[in-house]
Amino acid sequence: MFDNEMKLEFLSKSNNEAFARITVAAFASQLDPTIEELADIKTAVSEAVTNAIIHGYEDKTGVVKIVCKIKENELEIQISDNGKGIENVEMAKQPLYTTRPNLERSGMGFTIMESFMDSIEIESILGIGTKITMRKTIKKMEENLEEDDFANSLRG
Amino acid sequence: MESEFIQESKLLIFRITEEIDECSVQKIRRKADYEIERYMPKKVIFDFNRVTFMDSAGIGLVIGRYKIVNMIGGKVEMANLNKSVEKIFEMCGVLKLIPITKLEEAV
Repeated sequence: MFDNEMKLEFLSKSNNEAFARITVAAFASQLDPTIEELADIKTAVSEAVTNAIIHGYEDKTGVVKIVCKIKENELEIQISDNGKGIENVEMAKQPLYTTRPNLERSGMGFTIMESFMDSIEIESILGIGTKITMRKTIKKMEENLEEDDFANSLRG
Repeated sequence: MESEFIQESKLLIFRITEEIDECSVQKIRRKADYEIERYMPKKVIFDFNRVTFMDSAGIGLVIGRYKIVNMIGGKVEMANLNKSVEKIFEMCGVLKLIPITKLEEAV
């Protein structure tokens, strides 16, 4: 059983990107993340939502769904669309791989999601859609403090 | 985004004031390209002082401008990057192409 959960649905318009990442960050803030952890979460959400809008739905308008769950100090974020799906997930995950270089897309979306979150799962079926599940454990305040103490002790 | 051109040193400064994502980047790009074409600067500096959020759209933005400015023989630098912005640029090797500078010194 999860400790807390929220669901969010919105149209695949790029001006909803800020709304999506801010809402997820607001929900995640109950875990007392650091400013840096919160920035990482917002960036990962922004990448996944952009992918759903730009690649999943392309020029069509569809619905992007976000489900966020909290269990103890772990945050799980599921971002899904009913768009065209990813033909080759392994290829899509490669740094610098992009299907839209003409739009100055950097191809770093999945790489950023992977390195900013603890884990990421990608499920995609052509013509059905894509679901990204990302998880991140937020360190408890005391652990952060302990780490700072440790770092300080090393500095002497 | 606000821009400032310093005639004597042919320095063009872009002060980005908005969050950088796929939505906002198109407008920033259009304005930046217009100003670059208008002033033909020797150097362009992106000032990230007021940027509170950036995702990978920012990578395409600076690399795209780097290519254009490079073509007219100019240089591109970045200033006032916060921790998360720097992390993203570092991760994808942008810092090897576009160095971080101190804005006060450049001006």
